[in-house]
Amino acid sequence: MKRLPLARVILTIVFIGMLATPYMVRRLSSGRPKPLAAHTDCQTALTRYGLCFEEVSHHAGIDFVHEAPTLDPKLDGIMPEVASMGASVSIVDFDRDGWPDIYVTNSRIGSLNHLYRNNHDGTFTDVAQQMGIADVNQTDTGVSMGAVWGDYDNDGYEDLYLIKWGRPELFHNDHGHGFTRVSQQAALPPWINANTAVWLDYDGDGLLDLFVAGYYPEDVDLWNLKNTRMMPESFEYAKNGGRKYLFHNLGNGHFEEVSAKVGIDSRRWALASAAADLRGTGYPDLFVANDYGVSELYLNNHGHFHEAGQETGVGFAPKSGMNAAFGDIFNQGKYSVYVSNISEEGILLQGNNLWVPQEGNGLHYANLARDLGVELGGWSFGAQFGDLNNDGTLDLYLENGYISLARSRSYWYDFSKVAGGNSSIISDASHWPAFDGRSLSGYQQKKVWINDGAGKFEDVAQAVGVTDTYDGRAVALADLWNTGVLDAVVANQRGPLLIYKNTVAPGNNWIEFDLDGTKSNRSAIGAQVTLFWNGRKQIQSVSGGNGFASENDRRLHFGLGKNPQIEKVVIRWPSGALQTLDHLTPNQLIHVKEPA
Amino acid sequence: MNQPATVSPHAAPPQAAWKRVLDSRFTPPIFITLILLVGNLSFGILESYQKTLLAIITSIAGEMILGRIFLKKWPHPSSAYITGISVGILLRSPAYWPYFLCAALSITSKYALRFRNRHIWNPSNFGICAMLFLASDSVAGLSIQWGNNFASLVVIWILGSLILWRARRFHITATYVASFIALSFLRAWITGDPWQSEISPITGPMYQLFIFFMITDPKTTVRSRTGQCIVAVAIAVVEFFMRLGSSVYAPLYALFWVGPAALFIEMWLDTHGARVVPASMQNPQTAHP
Repeated sequence: MKRLPLARVILTIVFIGMLATPYMVRRLSSGRPKPLAAHTDCQTALTRYGLCFEEVSHHAGIDFVHEAPTLDPKLDGIMPEVASMGASVSIVDFDRDGWPDIYVTNSRIGSLNHLYRNNHDGTFTDVAQQMGIADVNQTDTGVSMGAVWGDYDNDGYEDLYLIKWGRPELFHNDHGHGFTRVSQQAALPPWINANTAVWLDYDGDGLLDLFVAGYYPEDVDLWNLKNTRMMPESFEYAKNGGRKYLFHNLGNGHFEEVSAKVGIDSRRWALASAAADLRGTGYPDLFVANDYGVSELYLNNHGHFHEAGQETGVGFAPKSGMNAAFGDIFNQGKYSVYVSNISEEGILLQGNNLWVPQEGNGLHYANLARDLGVELGGWSFGAQFGDLNNDGTLDLYLENGYISLARSRSYWYDFSKVAGGNSSIISDASHWPAFDGRSLSGYQQKKVWINDGAGKFEDVAQAVGVTDTYDGRAVALADLWNTGVLDAVVANQRGPLLIYKNTVAPGNNWIEFDLDGTKSNRSAIGAQVTLFWNGRKQIQSVSGGNGFASENDRRLHFGLGKNPQIEKVVIRWPSGALQTLDHLTPNQLIHVKEPA
Repeated sequence: MNQPATVSPHAAPPQAAWKRVLDSRFTPPIFITLILLVGNLSFGILESYQKTLLAIITSIAGEMILGRIFLKKWPHPSSAYITGISVGILLRSPAYWPYFLCAALSITSKYALRFRNRHIWNPSNFGICAMLFLASDSVAGLSIQWGNNFASLVVIWILGSLILWRARRFHITATYVASFIALSFLRAWITGDPWQSEISPITGPMYQLFIFFMITDPKTTVRSRTGQCIVAVAIAVVEFFMRLGSSVYAPLYALFWVGPAALFIEMWLDTHGARVVPASMQNPQTAHP
């Protein structure tokens, strides 16, 4: 290699420059405006970001700590991993007193679920036992993984579907005075190992149907294993999980399982699902985020589904889907979908997905998580969109952290060596090295991403007071104290239930809607509200379960920013009826009944 | 990674021109492309086509430019193509720039890090290790499975073995695999972990590229057959210790350290008259850019 020495000098300089590039990239990244390093005082956070959270669970009378399941002793070595879910939170006004209540699940055999009734004074009282929905984690019937609420018999009171690894349960709400178990009448199957379910009226008949997605196969009893070959066959392409169910509401307390009949057939490992009308057809489409594989998007054509994950772009790159949440983040009248995955520096960088609908014919999504700054969130779980500072744009709250045990010892090496292996190895739990008290993506800082309205999100969690590092699973947003702001309720695996009470800077306005269906299902699940104000518009819809193991308050909350002029509100009810509201003033909760 | 197999023995029978070209230049690129296409069409293994394409274009363009400047000729692009495609498969990052940088680093290392007119690191091994060392906040290595079809795994192994056999480099892979398996059992005995978990990595996709393309790279392996086997064992041994230290990318790092060390030793032995390889065994392709 004989050439001018100058060329070699230049080559050497260029080569050193390339080696230094990652350092320069880091420097440039850190040169952006930094969020406040830690939560110092609320006033500073209010001034800078327009919100401030304070964790008040103890003061609110809630000292709940989630207990994880203890499964078959054959799984002892990897118990922290296989027993890593079960903490959930759902918001429901079960007694129709106009104040949101909180239901949280527990997951150890013998442990109790809790229903915290809102006392209207900043405190809550657990009434689960007197209501009959506490002692639901029992030997032979399995334990709770989550809960979704929907008024399946249109009597005006929200009923409870309990998501379990075990016997699924449906509880009828007896007008807020107690609950009656109606699982057998509803003809639910004897056992499902599920982590997600969602209420939706898939055929527009005015009755809520129920979608339930299995995680482990339904013939696996995790407390009495026949063998240890119950793990996923692949880390990214597994199709040996639980089956899917769509329970069609027949209207007399009975349900008919119709998944195969309507085109839903999958054995991927579902962890999250959500439904919304993504195409304006009047029928709710169904998004399923799968662990160990691609997401699925079931498009609803008048009550019949076809899986369109690949054709819409969301079902090609396999990751570890653990969340499904919809949000009109650009105020364009279109839903983006947020799916959480795993990111661990230097080991596994899946990145979370923010699926943004693209212009053009048909429904097609592009992942803009990186561009918008919401891609890396550690080992991410539940996430929810909501206007946390009432500035008129939807923000994003993300929970994360998988297994926090020994701080200085990690299981990542063992995890990666098995996860990369052949199916015959990965699918057998006895082939996995023991955890031995090690952590796996533990003690992670949460994300509160504030939407700047111009296409960027900024993480301000530490600055606004979200400083816990528990193993976060589910987050639900609700205006717990009817103050016009969204508070956050967080369920942690083997950790405390946290209530982050929100304070928003004065000057930012809001409006909320409480919908009541008549021709449509009474819960108004699937109703879509489009708010037009100050030349902007935003859509939100009433959900029957979303995020991960969570359900937000049924009431829809819109931030309006400063000096709002509300032009109109258009409600499209699940029945197809359109209703327009004019002359609304901000800073109030509007009760709307569907026109008969 | 470079081409694993390009030996043309002196006594080889006459072959059709197209066949010689196919054997010597295009077999490895075709093989790795096959792995890529089958893997991606079946399982979507790539981060994206665009990122892999970026790595390939960067790699080939870098090779062309640097080859023209320093060799006064246009190098054949097959080696750079394999480097680029390897970067595209083995590197995982949500961003584009790491694919460009890693491919550029890989190719540039061939020209910048030379000793006695030889480059001493396998290019893609150097590039990927450099990225893992220096940019761990932005990149990861391929550490997951490409699917669960055991048949496809067997097909890739048979095809790869056949190609290496024809290229007379199968002994390197065989020695390494045997060493890895033996040391896996030793590791399982030491750690108490299931032996299946220790064997598990070699059934994954990273090792398919590692054993068929990286450790057999003619340009960065020693020349003697015995030496090659010794180096393969040494890589497995260093990897063994790194795995005991819970290094996720142990094989890549092991090659990163052992490969150059072996070449330095070989060059030292050459200088001191202890040449161990008959000239006839040398690979003409190692007379390298």
